[in-house]
Amino acid sequence: MDLTAEEQALLAGSRGEAARRALEYQIEVGRFWGARRFVPVTNVHMMGDIEVMGDAGLQFLRDEVKSAAHCAVPTTTNARCIDFAHCDRLGQDPGEVAKERELIQCLRRMDVVTTDTCINYQTVYQPHLGEHVAWGDTGTVIYANSVFGARSNFESGPAALAAALTGRTPEYGFHLKEHRRGSFTVELAAKLDDLADWGAVGKLVGEAHQDYFAVPVFHGYHRAPIADELKHLGAALASYGSMGMFHFVGVTPEAPSVEIALGNREPRERIAVSDTDIQKVYASYDLGDGDARLVVFSGPQQSLLEMKRLSEGFAGRRLHPGTSCFVTTNGAVLAQSRALGYAKALEDAGVTILEGVCFYILQNLSHMRLANRWTHMVSNSAKIVNIIGAHRFNTILRRTADCVDIACTGKLR
Amino acid sequence: MKQIQVNQAYGPVVEGEALVSEEGFSPRYDLDRWSGVITKPGHKLEGRSIVDKVCFFPTAKGGIAAGWAFYDIKWKKIAPKAFVFGVTNPVMVQGAVFAGIPITAGWTPHPRGLVKTGDWVRVDPARKLIEVL
Repeated sequence: MDLTAEEQALLAGSRGEAARRALEYQIEVGRFWGARRFVPVTNVHMMGDIEVMGDAGLQFLRDEVKSAAHCAVPTTTNARCIDFAHCDRLGQDPGEVAKERELIQCLRRMDVVTTDTCINYQTVYQPHLGEHVAWGDTGTVIYANSVFGARSNFESGPAALAAALTGRTPEYGFHLKEHRRGSFTVELAAKLDDLADWGAVGKLVGEAHQDYFAVPVFHGYHRAPIADELKHLGAALASYGSMGMFHFVGVTPEAPSVEIALGNREPRERIAVSDTDIQKVYASYDLGDGDARLVVFSGPQQSLLEMKRLSEGFAGRRLHPGTSCFVTTNGAVLAQSRALGYAKALEDAGVTILEGVCFYILQNLSHMRLANRWTHMVSNSAKIVNIIGAHRFNTILRRTADCVDIACTGKLR
Repeated sequence: MKQIQVNQAYGPVVEGEALVSEEGFSPRYDLDRWSGVITKPGHKLEGRSIVDKVCFFPTAKGGIAAGWAFYDIKWKKIAPKAFVFGVTNPVMVQGAVFAGIPITAGWTPHPRGLVKTGDWVRVDPARKLIEVL
């Protein structure tokens, strides 16, 4: 890779040992992808918590702090694994809870802003067209690339932290124009009235094209989608297809037309998604013994407007006896939800609201499943339905109103 | 000797027993990160261990959290010897490089029919070559 004078100085230790090591690591990653140089980034969003990092990762962070590691650009954190207000009730391991507290302190000493959210793009920072950032999780990246026209690859925890320390990232993938052109088209003939329908589109398109560099171009939809719909579409595409970008003609900034979104090339495939296709997704889940004692609204965290809609759904109702229902969101949204009465409506119904976490990465989740004898997990998020499998949940995607009904009636349909 | 050329590669030369999958992989979605066994219900390698194997996966699935997971399983001594991907994504590469686990991407010819689970293989990243020994 071609290094600037500043980068050469960094490699010589001008900004300390932690930044030097970080750049060395980034050069190895850049070489793999054939990057020719680095690009400066303005913002970093990183995943770092004890569930994903483990003891090894925590020790790494302790060493980083000892090396006086310090963020060179504003750096925020993704959803984490423990809500300290609920950890005892959830049966989370006190030893791991203590490690999580230490881990958070390590991050803060490095000047990381611990926002603990996977919806930073809705609540914290909205990069502009062409702005280079280094973000993770995948849902944040696909939103940044697609909806904002900003430029980021999937930057996993170690890679995002390295970018935070050096203020740059190797230029490959979605930092380069040639990878941002659409590769196939998807006509959206379906009505898509619920967030879960958008996730189902992401599942259908993503599962059939598992390729980071596949970029779908959506077109033909009958109205303008809203932010939460694009959020569920993107999160599902990234999850099922490992995709980092999509275009939506007339909606996203690099897609004024199908032709421009495709970079004036022929698509390698043309597909369509109909109402029948969406119905088939819902019909595909094994309902087993009909257990409906776990309903989850998480992955991604809920926006304020999702909180509002859920509070309306649960208003005046109660969870079916024996059913648990979890909603996750970030601190900012929860504070506003409390002020606006949405949180109260949910809690009056018996719903547990978890702050700053994602249900999928909750510390001790496998044990929690066993202790509660949960077999199914019902959710309106196609993403979480996909990713929670290693914890041996049988997962079922349902529309938002159906999820609320299942939680309140105990009847799985 | 049967050989496979790869397009991209990182890490030192390693040898090990092949574990060949027809399904993609994520250490978060599919793997029990305490035993190294693939536990996702219905995964084509459900019940198989990746520990000390040279793992052939056609695709990479999802997840940013995988970046820390490789370092975590290496620390726990349940990491594979190497990852050989048909198509991969940045997270797998960032995670493998961070953990010091050899990783390759792209293959010619396709390993189907050339390598089967249980074969002893050598991964040579510098030569971008995989050999069935």
